[in-house]
Amino acid sequence: MMDLDEIDRQVLRALAQDASQSAGALGRRFGLSQPAMWRRIRRLQDAGVIRGRRLRLDAEKLGFGVTVFLGVKLARKGQLQLDDFERAVSAIPEVQTVEHVLGLYDYRLRVVARDLADFERVLRRRIMTLPGAGEVEANVLLSEERRPGPI
Amino acid sequence: MLDDLDRRLLRHLQADPSLSTADLADRCGLSAASCWRRIEKLESAGVILGQQAVIDWAALGYSVEVSLRFTLDKTQPRAFDEFLAAARAVPEVLEIQTFLGRVDVRLSVIARDMGHYQQIYRDRILTLPHIADIEALMQIAHLKRDEALPL
Repeated sequence: MMDLDEIDRQVLRALAQDASQSAGALGRRFGLSQPAMWRRIRRLQDAGVIRGRRLRLDAEKLGFGVTVFLGVKLARKGQLQLDDFERAVSAIPEVQTVEHVLGLYDYRLRVVARDLADFERVLRRRIMTLPGAGEVEANVLLSEERRPGPI
Repeated sequence: MLDDLDRRLLRHLQADPSLSTADLADRCGLSAASCWRRIEKLESAGVILGQQAVIDWAALGYSVEVSLRFTLDKTQPRAFDEFLAAARAVPEVLEIQTFLGRVDVRLSVIARDMGHYQQIYRDRILTLPHIADIEALMQIAHLKRDEALPL
């Protein structure tokens, strides 16, 4: 586990908002030389604190008007069912995230679709037909915000 | 508005946002100049919103992640606004989503360990206003987390 100093925290916050900022620009902002800032960013990447980059796209402008969170319960449980289910569900392009959870459901999925009719098609043809899929609960996303987190 | 080349470009950039314009142009069979113009256009149209660094909270010692699903007391006209405002003030809250469905709001909360989680849950979560019911899903594993759009 990595300990962060105050500059690390501010750099992380800045990069989590906009990862395209150069080491030179960040250095000027936080009073470090370009090479010193570059080393800091490199250190955060090597320690795995920065896991990578994500491209932020406007889903609606690309024709994806609906996001649904699904809670899925497996009908039967065994090592084999879990593996089969996980492999099949991760391969569905409309499924953006798959999380194995403990509680009311076994898996939490984030599914994107063009509209509700398109979502129904994905749900019926691709998700309900998954090996082992049982009860499913759907909640349609209305709004979402990401917070900076405890840094 | 978007043609096949735009989509191909976005697919490649989504898979690896750190690609240089030259590499991206190469993969899409475009000249660097026309690739750059297309990216510029997608940015000014608001299709590309930007890039963000993805923080791995586990690498910073936050090993517990819980998805908390709330139903709110809707007899209170300001229930949503007041709940959301209070939730934003909790640093360990990473995501806030509102839904149409059985669940009204979902918070993604991280903690260093179960003791820390219990402390956040008692002192910061149960004290949020207008809660009618809470369900918790404990994260076991992220199986797919790229959040890519099926372009």
